[in-house]
Amino acid sequence: MTLVQAGLLAQVAATCLALAAAAVVGPRHRARFAGAAIVASGIAGAVTGALALAGGRGSVTLPVSLPFDPVVLAPDRLGGFFMIVAGAVGAVAALYGIGYVQGAAASRTSWSAMAIFVLALQLVPAADDAVSFLLLWELMAVSSTVLLLADHARRAAVRSAALWYAVMTHLSFLLLLLGFAVLAAAGGGTGFGSMARVSSVSTAASAAFVLLILGFASKAGIVPLHVWLPRAHPEAPSHVSALMSAAMVKMGVYGALLVSVRLMPGGPVWWGLLLIALGGVSAVYGILQASVATDLKRMLAYSTSENVGLMFLALGTGLLLRSYGIGGPADAAIAACLLLVAGHAAFKTTLFLGAGSILHATGERDLDRLGGLTARMPVTSMAFGIGALGAAALPVTSGFVAEWALLQSLIHGANTQNRLVSVVMPIAVTVVALTAGLALLAFVKAYGIAFLARPRGEGAATAHESGRAMRVAMLTAAASVIALGLAPGPLLTAAGAAAGLPRVGPVGWWGIDLSGIGALLDPLALTTMAAAVLVPVLLVSVRLARRLPRRRVALPWGGGGVRLSPRMQYTATSYAEPLSRVFDDALRPERDVLVTHSAESRYLVERVQFRQYLDDIVETTVYRPGIALMDRIGLAARRLQNGSIHRYLGYSFFALVAILIVVSL
Amino acid sequence: MNTRALVLAAVQVIVMAVLSPLLVGLMRQVRARMEGRAGAGVLQPARDLRKLFAKEPLRAEGTSWVMSVGPVVLVASSALVCVLVPLVGTITFPLVPDDLFVMVSVLLLGTVALALVGLDAGSAFGGMGSSRHMTIAALVEPTVLVSVYALSIPVGSSSLSAIVHGRLVHPSSVVAPVSLLALVALFVAVVAETGRMPVDNPSTHLELTMIHEAMVLESSGRDLAWLELGSWLRLGALLGLVGSLLAPWGIASSVTPLSLLIGVLALVAKLVVLGSALAAGEVFLAKLRLFRVPELLAGSFVLAFLAVTASYLVVQA
Repeated sequence: MTLVQAGLLAQVAATCLALAAAAVVGPRHRARFAGAAIVASGIAGAVTGALALAGGRGSVTLPVSLPFDPVVLAPDRLGGFFMIVAGAVGAVAALYGIGYVQGAAASRTSWSAMAIFVLALQLVPAADDAVSFLLLWELMAVSSTVLLLADHARRAAVRSAALWYAVMTHLSFLLLLLGFAVLAAAGGGTGFGSMARVSSVSTAASAAFVLLILGFASKAGIVPLHVWLPRAHPEAPSHVSALMSAAMVKMGVYGALLVSVRLMPGGPVWWGLLLIALGGVSAVYGILQASVATDLKRMLAYSTSENVGLMFLALGTGLLLRSYGIGGPADAAIAACLLLVAGHAAFKTTLFLGAGSILHATGERDLDRLGGLTARMPVTSMAFGIGALGAAALPVTSGFVAEWALLQSLIHGANTQNRLVSVVMPIAVTVVALTAGLALLAFVKAYGIAFLARPRGEGAATAHESGRAMRVAMLTAAASVIALGLAPGPLLTAAGAAAGLPRVGPVGWWGIDLSGIGALLDPLALTTMAAAVLVPVLLVSVRLARRLPRRRVALPWGGGGVRLSPRMQYTATSYAEPLSRVFDDALRPERDVLVTHSAESRYLVERVQFRQYLDDIVETTVYRPGIALMDRIGLAARRLQNGSIHRYLGYSFFALVAILIVVSL
Repeated sequence: MNTRALVLAAVQVIVMAVLSPLLVGLMRQVRARMEGRAGAGVLQPARDLRKLFAKEPLRAEGTSWVMSVGPVVLVASSALVCVLVPLVGTITFPLVPDDLFVMVSVLLLGTVALALVGLDAGSAFGGMGSSRHMTIAALVEPTVLVSVYALSIPVGSSSLSAIVHGRLVHPSSVVAPVSLLALVALFVAVVAETGRMPVDNPSTHLELTMIHEAMVLESSGRDLAWLELGSWLRLGALLGLVGSLLAPWGIASSVTPLSLLIGVLALVAKLVVLGSALAAGEVFLAKLRLFRVPELLAGSFVLAFLAVTASYLVVQA
């Protein structure tokens, strides 16, 4: 038995243990036992992934009682990379869940679903044939739906979110099923090995590519298939949101990589362009919605759309450049895609866990009612701050390194030999730059409004720090954001091994070297330099602080006349107001200003009420009409059934006659 | 290589720390004279700094660590930008390239620190300034990246010192149409990023128009001193970058006392010329309405984008 086999079996065993714990242990200790077993399963998944990434081989065949071949698990290097991501996120989220769950989310069902969800996430990248892949994929979809539904009895929004999620995820499943069916027919087998024999320039390959990419894009939250994301992420319990956003969405990216790098490398040029277009639109639209969102978790969900968009853009760039034989930048772009995957997993886990902690402490997700949490929740504040730095792609975090690699590959990819490339690359640079700029605003808003200034609501004023398990989980996730940002060398080595990229590697003190384009970055050296310039500043500050300590005063200055009403502060809505005006045409916010006049005179205003609604315009312009059409068709079809047995007998008679006529022809 | 780069980095930071208050003083003086006032003298910003450092900082109830850490982060990020940008010379550390994207990210770290300082006290002014500041920063970023991208195409590297060195070797590339377009775009971006007219009026205290001043309203004593010094360093470093790109002559490509001296003198000359020109221009400009600023930035972005596409397509034709 190889180590990989042992690892795969260990995950399954740990999950069985978790299921047993969830079912048997009483409510007092259930979270601790089931959670611990899931943490073990996650760690086993990450270790197995690392082994597979290092070149370990081994397959496990799990018999299933369905009329299919058994499930075959044999992770390759690429799968190993994603197993590490899924396992690590799973372990951290389960640890957090131990302290976080309460009410319905702590039930037997929820813990069982959680165990299965984490296992499915880890095993999807390990599947070696289409049938196993789809089975595990469905397991992942169903278990996450159960988790999402945890709170359905208390909030109606949960039911609606789960419905959207279930429909979109099954749409994705259907597209994948069709896509794999086309590939299997062309390649003569459902194994990935035989599918890889399909010529990538054939029509079948292109049809399969479109179907599969759309299916994976729906799972990954790519605009316009993202509509489930801003509903499901806010309504799910926060550790589940973290798992969904940091790990499950990545399975869509894994799928895209599987199709375009492993199964059908060297496809036509438009494949890359399709991915770039999907990714670019998604990135800009996602971050624009995130910048104006006021619900913290909804904002994080849109930011996930943005980040996945960047991943698709990076992958598309890699494919486009490869199809023109521009190898070095192409390698860098695909490496950037994998760096984004790992980086996003780290910071989005941190952010969702932080948001969960806020929700736990204040009962609020609405940024407009938060504020001043730094003093009350120092650990959450620190972790969320680090996550926000990562999401804003600032040094030295995992997000910064990944975005740097992406920009480098873009500006070196363009060359004067090829007009198409030299038009697409500047557009892509612009998209990434605009996205980065807006991400900065979105996360300054999220951190600044939630954690700084004075509480804007009752919940924020009485908040308290979360328990130990939650704190440890958040700090672990935050530490990984910094670690991946400070020492990205090993991660790049792993990415290079996962996607077979010879022209990337580590340099210096765990820095990264994109040798194909001659660009290198050593964040540790940069940090050292920053520390060197910081020393004199700190010396001056400390010396002065000893002589002139800060004096506390009761009131801020505020231009001379500040009343201490927290209502006078800027809120998340007002913070994003200039931006929503600038992008008025793209966002189309609806604003109502209701002025109530005083009874004595029309010139005196009693109160002014301002309301702003921001709908997702993709949803209102694409989905709503579609749903309305389906509703009309459904209503029309209802006329066929009026409940009369005579009519049904008539239908069967006519059907029989029709069949007889067809047969006799 | 490392020792020489170290010497150069130290020289750049120290020179900029000395020059930037003087630069701001010069700009204020030029403006005052042109408006018919006597002005406070070139040394006034330096005196202001000394005064602020000697004062006791106040901290309002309900403010957090951001109030004291933010200013230090801003000044450190600006100082790091001074290290990264080729101002006096073009010698870089082998492991820390003066890469354009790294430089912009470090700059943005300071931008974020300033925006958070603005939000921390919870006064309406601070939030307003912070919100406007971030909106402008978000819209400026594409212009900055794309314009320097245009400049990087001839040398095939995003390293700023490689770009400056390339222009030193091929002086004709400085006046190429592509390069001029990109420089105009970059200059507009620098004006917006450093809060000068017509985007922000550095001398206003009118609540409806102020951006930078609104964010630093709650800071006092050494916190305010660091914020001011950090902003001035930014202005100096970015103007110096424009200067190095516009007129790369005099910049040191080796580390000898003479070449460093020439480099510093050239930097002083460039800063004096650019600073006076900017200040003189500001006299004749009115501040733009906030919601017209995106149009200005979009215009500058179009120039930068034209520069990029032109440098690919025109060369080929």
